[in-house]
Amino acid sequence: MAKKLAIIASKGTLDGAYPPFLLASTAVALGFEVKIFFTFYGLQLLNKNLNLKVSPLGNPAMPMPVPVPSIVQIIPGLEWFATWMMKRKLKQKGVASVEELRDICVETGVDLIACQMTVDLFDFDEKDFIDGISSGGAATYLEFAGDADVTLYI
Amino acid sequence: MSDFDKELDTSGLNCPLPVLKARKALSEMAVGEKLHLIATDTGANQDIPAFSKMTGNPLIETSEKEGKLHFIIEKGAE
Repeated sequence: MAKKLAIIASKGTLDGAYPPFLLASTAVALGFEVKIFFTFYGLQLLNKNLNLKVSPLGNPAMPMPVPVPSIVQIIPGLEWFATWMMKRKLKQKGVASVEELRDICVETGVDLIACQMTVDLFDFDEKDFIDGISSGGAATYLEFAGDADVTLYI
Repeated sequence: MSDFDKELDTSGLNCPLPVLKARKALSEMAVGEKLHLIATDTGANQDIPAFSKMTGNPLIETSEKEGKLHFIIEKGAE
C-alpha cells in the first residue's frame, strides 16, 4: 500500500508556501498519497492569484544585502523589496515557483483541503480559490493523518 | 556510459525539479527502458538514489563529467 503524507499548511508567506508544495509534489513522485490541509493564513496558498510576500520584519535570520535594523523595516516598500529580491534569487538558482509546484500538486492528484472553520472565520470567498479543492475540518485531517506515515505541521 | 533510450537534461534546475521531471519522464517510458538524467543540482547525488530506491526504478550508473551529474535510471516494473 502507498505511503501517506499528511501536511497542515498554516503559513501564507512566500517562504512558508514552499515546504508544503515542495514536499507534497516530491512525495507524489516517490509514490506517496498526499493530502494538504490548509488552515489559517495557509488558506492564502489556495487563491487563484497568488500574491505572496516575505518580510524581513520579525525575521532576524533573513539574509539581507546590508543589515537593516528592525526600526527601519517598517518603512513602506521594504517588504516589497525583500519579496522582489527573494523571487529574483529563486529564479536565478533554478528553484521552481510556488505556482509551478502547486500546479504539479494539482496535476498529480494531491488532495488540497481548505479548513472550513478558517474559511468562515476570515470570510474567504471559495470562488477565489483554485478549482478542484475540497473542504473539511479537524476530523477530516485526523482520519487521514491517523494512518499516515509522515505528518507535518508547517 | 551505458546505452539509454531517453535523455533528460535538468541543468540549472534546483531541488525538487530533477526528481519531479525524472518521475514524469519515466512514467512515459516502457519497463526496462533507460533514462539518462543530467543534473547540476548537487543534491541530486543523494536525491536520485533515494528516488530510485523508493520508486523501484533501478539506478544503473552514476557519474560526474564537466561539473554535471549523470544518472542512468531503468524504468522498473509498476
